[in-house]
Amino acid sequence: MPKDSGIGASSKRREDVRFLTGAGHYTDDIDLRGQAYVHFLRSDVAHGILKNVDTSAAEGMPGVVRVFTGADFAEVGGLPCGWQITDREGNPMQEPAHPVLAQGKVRHVGDPIAAVVAETREQARDAAEAIEAEIEDLPAVVDMKAALKDGAPKVHDDLTSNLCYDWGFVEENREAVDAAIKSAAHVTTLELKNNRLVANPMEPRVAVGDYSRSTGESTLYTTSQNPHVIRLLMGAFVLGIPEHKLRVVAPDVGGGFGSKIFHYAEEAFCTFAAKALNRPVKWTSSRSEAFITDAHGRDHVTKIELALDKDNNFVALRTETHANMGAYLSTFAPSVPTWLHGTLMAGNYKTPLIYVNVKAVFTNTVPVDAYRGAGRPEATFQLERVIDKAARELGVDPVELRRQNFITEFPYATPVAVEYDTGDYNATLDKLLEIADLAGFEARLAESKKNGKLRGLGVNCYIEACGIAPSHLVGQLGARAGLYESATVRVNATGGLVVMTGSHSHGQGHETSFAQVVADMIGIDENMVEIVHGDTANTPMGMGTYGSRSLAVGGSAMVRATEKIIAKARKIAAHLMEASEADIELKNGQFSVAGTDKSVAWGDVTLAAYVPHNYPLEDLEPGLEETAFYDPSNFTYPAGAYACEVEVDPDTGKVTIEGFAAADDFGNVVNPMIVEGQVHGGLAQGIGQALLENCAYDEDGQLLSASYMDYAMPRADDVPFYRVDHSCQTPCTHNPLGVKGCGEAGAIGSPPAVVNAVIDALQRAGRDVTHIDMPLSPSRVWDAMNKG
Amino acid sequence: MPQVKMTVNGKPASGEVEGRTLLVEFLRENLGLTGTHVGCDTSQCGACVVHVDGKAVKSCTMFAAEAEGAEVLTIEGVAAPDGTMDAVQQAFQEHHGLQCGFCTPGMVMSARALLAENPTPSEAEIRDYLEGNICRCTGYHNIVKAIMAASGQDVSTIAAE
Amino acid sequence: MYAFDIERPTTLAEAVKHMAASEENQALGGGQTLIPTLKQRLASPEKLISLTGIDEIRGICEDDAGRICIGAATTHAEVASGATAYPALAALAGNIGDPAVRNRGTIGGSLANNDPSACYPAAALGSGATIVTDKREIPADDYFEGMFATALEEGEIITEVKFPVPQKAAYMKFEQPASRFALVGVFVAKYADGVRVAVTGASEEGVFRWSEAEAALASDFSAGAVEGLSLSGDGMISDLHGSGDYRAHLVGVMTKRAVAAAG
Repeated sequence: MPKDSGIGASSKRREDVRFLTGAGHYTDDIDLRGQAYVHFLRSDVAHGILKNVDTSAAEGMPGVVRVFTGADFAEVGGLPCGWQITDREGNPMQEPAHPVLAQGKVRHVGDPIAAVVAETREQARDAAEAIEAEIEDLPAVVDMKAALKDGAPKVHDDLTSNLCYDWGFVEENREAVDAAIKSAAHVTTLELKNNRLVANPMEPRVAVGDYSRSTGESTLYTTSQNPHVIRLLMGAFVLGIPEHKLRVVAPDVGGGFGSKIFHYAEEAFCTFAAKALNRPVKWTSSRSEAFITDAHGRDHVTKIELALDKDNNFVALRTETHANMGAYLSTFAPSVPTWLHGTLMAGNYKTPLIYVNVKAVFTNTVPVDAYRGAGRPEATFQLERVIDKAARELGVDPVELRRQNFITEFPYATPVAVEYDTGDYNATLDKLLEIADLAGFEARLAESKKNGKLRGLGVNCYIEACGIAPSHLVGQLGARAGLYESATVRVNATGGLVVMTGSHSHGQGHETSFAQVVADMIGIDENMVEIVHGDTANTPMGMGTYGSRSLAVGGSAMVRATEKIIAKARKIAAHLMEASEADIELKNGQFSVAGTDKSVAWGDVTLAAYVPHNYPLEDLEPGLEETAFYDPSNFTYPAGAYACEVEVDPDTGKVTIEGFAAADDFGNVVNPMIVEGQVHGGLAQGIGQALLENCAYDEDGQLLSASYMDYAMPRADDVPFYRVDHSCQTPCTHNPLGVKGCGEAGAIGSPPAVVNAVIDALQRAGRDVTHIDMPLSPSRVWDAMNKG
Repeated sequence: MPQVKMTVNGKPASGEVEGRTLLVEFLRENLGLTGTHVGCDTSQCGACVVHVDGKAVKSCTMFAAEAEGAEVLTIEGVAAPDGTMDAVQQAFQEHHGLQCGFCTPGMVMSARALLAENPTPSEAEIRDYLEGNICRCTGYHNIVKAIMAASGQDVSTIAAE
Repeated sequence: MYAFDIERPTTLAEAVKHMAASEENQALGGGQTLIPTLKQRLASPEKLISLTGIDEIRGICEDDAGRICIGAATTHAEVASGATAYPALAALAGNIGDPAVRNRGTIGGSLANNDPSACYPAAALGSGATIVTDKREIPADDYFEGMFATALEEGEIITEVKFPVPQKAAYMKFEQPASRFALVGVFVAKYADGVRVAVTGASEEGVFRWSEAEAALASDFSAGAVEGLSLSGDGMISDLHGSGDYRAHLVGVMTKRAVAAAG
């Protein structure tokens, strides 16, 4: 029964009004009095010794305020990495310095060499052209395996090699895994690539640094998913500013998908420069600049082996992955191919023995870090593709092969450290078969054939670990941060509330969905609840929004704070009604005494809290404001099953998505409309990865796909209407809302469905193609169909 | 610097511009109308779409000087003076056709242009028309649905769940 | 962008004068290609001479020879809705870029630029059109000189393009997935005196005529006539989006589809 408000209602979003009427407040909309503009001179070679940067001509040019180079940052810290990985031998990863402006070397096309601050953007750009940067070219390493060969050019001369770490998980199980594979009845092997992607939120990054001489406070306005994290990293590790003198504000942010998590050089620069120059300094990225400076995503090369017994049970899994770090370690980069990837290799299956090896490699490319799914799409893709391949080799139904290996008892302790709290993979698979109308496939196949087209069907399952994360656990795994979340709930005298959350919304609709939760708990109108986020000055320390964590962790913090509010409110109500606290019931915003018709309204209680005349002052402080910090005890584990139907034009290789169905288990759902929207967006990105998007470098480290002219973004005509379902719900057992999070699932589960479907189409047509690496662009599909 | 004069959202607007000043820069920086956004530099993403003399135009790919004397409509001029949103805006809210909101002004302006020339477009016609409007958040499903709804078509059968 | 001034003449004579005044003056059509180029600072003109305010070079009409004549400053949208006498041309124009781009981009600008992946060069070459400038008339066969190169002299302005209307024609465009330009685009037109097949997107030399296909189709205007024909991948563009061999293959496929669509 659909609700019209509170938890479970598809409340329309209140933030929409400002976005629809042009009243959104994005960082580039901010113009401060006296602001100057910065333009970065960036390396146009992938690798070189930075010999001399002659800024003299630039300094004298019209409008130039000052020109900065790496030398200006010699006393300033480099950009920190937030996660330290320990390798197979127990040694810490190799961790190079990451200066704000290049010092001594340039290591990727886009590496910033100098920064010109001027009165206008064009003047800054003009002056940047007058800078003479003397760079001695060095050979670039772009291919990961080549980068690891003896004698390969070193990206960082002070490291022993280009190997950041060689990670094994679980190392103690490796021998058993090897033995099981050796003796298995059947082993399926697949070598594949997970293609490098560029996140491309529609809003390019912006940073505005400001400094106040009267308060000594620095302010950074930035397009970030996590302003508190930026404040901590930048303040403590880069600029040496204590947090009480540093404010970071992320106003309306136009999408992030992970790329706006990290602390970037431009943020540190603008903050530093504003103080040095005593005036605001603004940087706005162009889209072309974004391609060479925003962190990229994915870029794994993997060999995966799945061993089965004679009854087609999975007995062992072994993977070897090369993961590209790029030229420097971005904030969370080392964790993505390790803890966010290796721990998902069990998937939905009972495989008892698993070993994952990851070699993280430095190359002369843009740094790589988390992008929607962050490690889980990589894990899911390789697992679901090798299962599909195994099914074909064994001549069994790929759906039934999965089903027979499903985990069915919970909690389930996987052999890769994580314990799934709850789930029902048969339910989502059954639901998928229903909504994907698989029964009608044969008829559709015949129709396609009549039109000269091939048609295929791909099905896969997925599970992911999100709602990150338990601090003690991630600390043991090398995280240099906690991953709790926070909320302060401030009730006003007249009954409205403000929730100040450490989460951040850059499209997820928290201003609406969070209000639904609090309003539902108290029983008041949603419009009485205001959600405030994005400004470190008025929100408690939180780790921000990514990893599908906002509702699971941020929402839980908010619930705990609201529970404290309600507990105190009950005491006040009890006093007002001269009853015992134990007899107080709260329903629909009314406190009543059980078994009587006495009641007081929420507004009476809140007023009493702030005008404490009839109030138990001996026992209770006035006021009604509570804070909670919530550290989750586990990850959450959304899971589901996806199906994709494609047509392939055999003359051109072009693939079109004819249908996509997704059955997800997100546990409890607060706003179904928002959840569907999150899945839709994730599916489009997964389809984009599978068919369109390709961040490609040539062998000299030049980016071949440096704009939308060559990087194919999904458009409306690349995708169909989706069929999404979240009615299968096994509520999360360990957070108060029972929610699992939904932000990344679509991007995690969809690439294998698409590729499985294309392979299916080709094989049904008698083509002997067992795998094609993403993106399955027309030319790549055609090449695969016509080679050998 | 040359002066440019035009009508924006029904009101006269003028300002000093350079030859190279783009219409989007004039709107955002001279007039403070920051609802029109810049999302790319290859004229593909459509976040900057406005109407010039009744036609959808990418304001990042037109100079302010070229709009001399023109009637320009931006996202800020779509809702009624009392704030009531138009049919397209309301449909976008009703059907969750936006998430981060950054592509939204351009989407709404393109949608309005579409409906002006094709009052009841099919799904395929809408998807084709939006070739120059990129959204990274919604996967387009609810955008297409919203535009169909705004045109008065029944969208209750469009599979959503 | 580098700084420049903009002139907006309202007559062709004024425009010609401006263009003649300096080599640093550059013509500005719809700007849909030039403005992105200027943003990358790949050009640094001193003055842009906008041609879109000149009514005398805008519009669609028919001449005494039955050719459809399109003013150089006519937008793609205007051609798409107005060139009803030549449906294949109108359809081509209606599929360039996107609606907003079509409201500004002009045929003159497209032909003056001669992007090797643009659509209009295939239409002009495939129709045996005449490119009329402020100085002379240039047959399409003499106009296209290679990627981004044309027969236009310094300061010469296209004023009009005259298209003979064929008996049958169609344009088949296989889109490059990112740019949505033609990865390969084939314009096929059947005239009383023969068939023309113009290919864009494929060759490193820009738009070209596939004479082997033209000969085969002249005697048998059917997809089957092109069946056994093929082009070499040598000299074809090879990039992220496809090899030369792939493009060569697509030329054959798109030609067949264009012939079938022409009716």
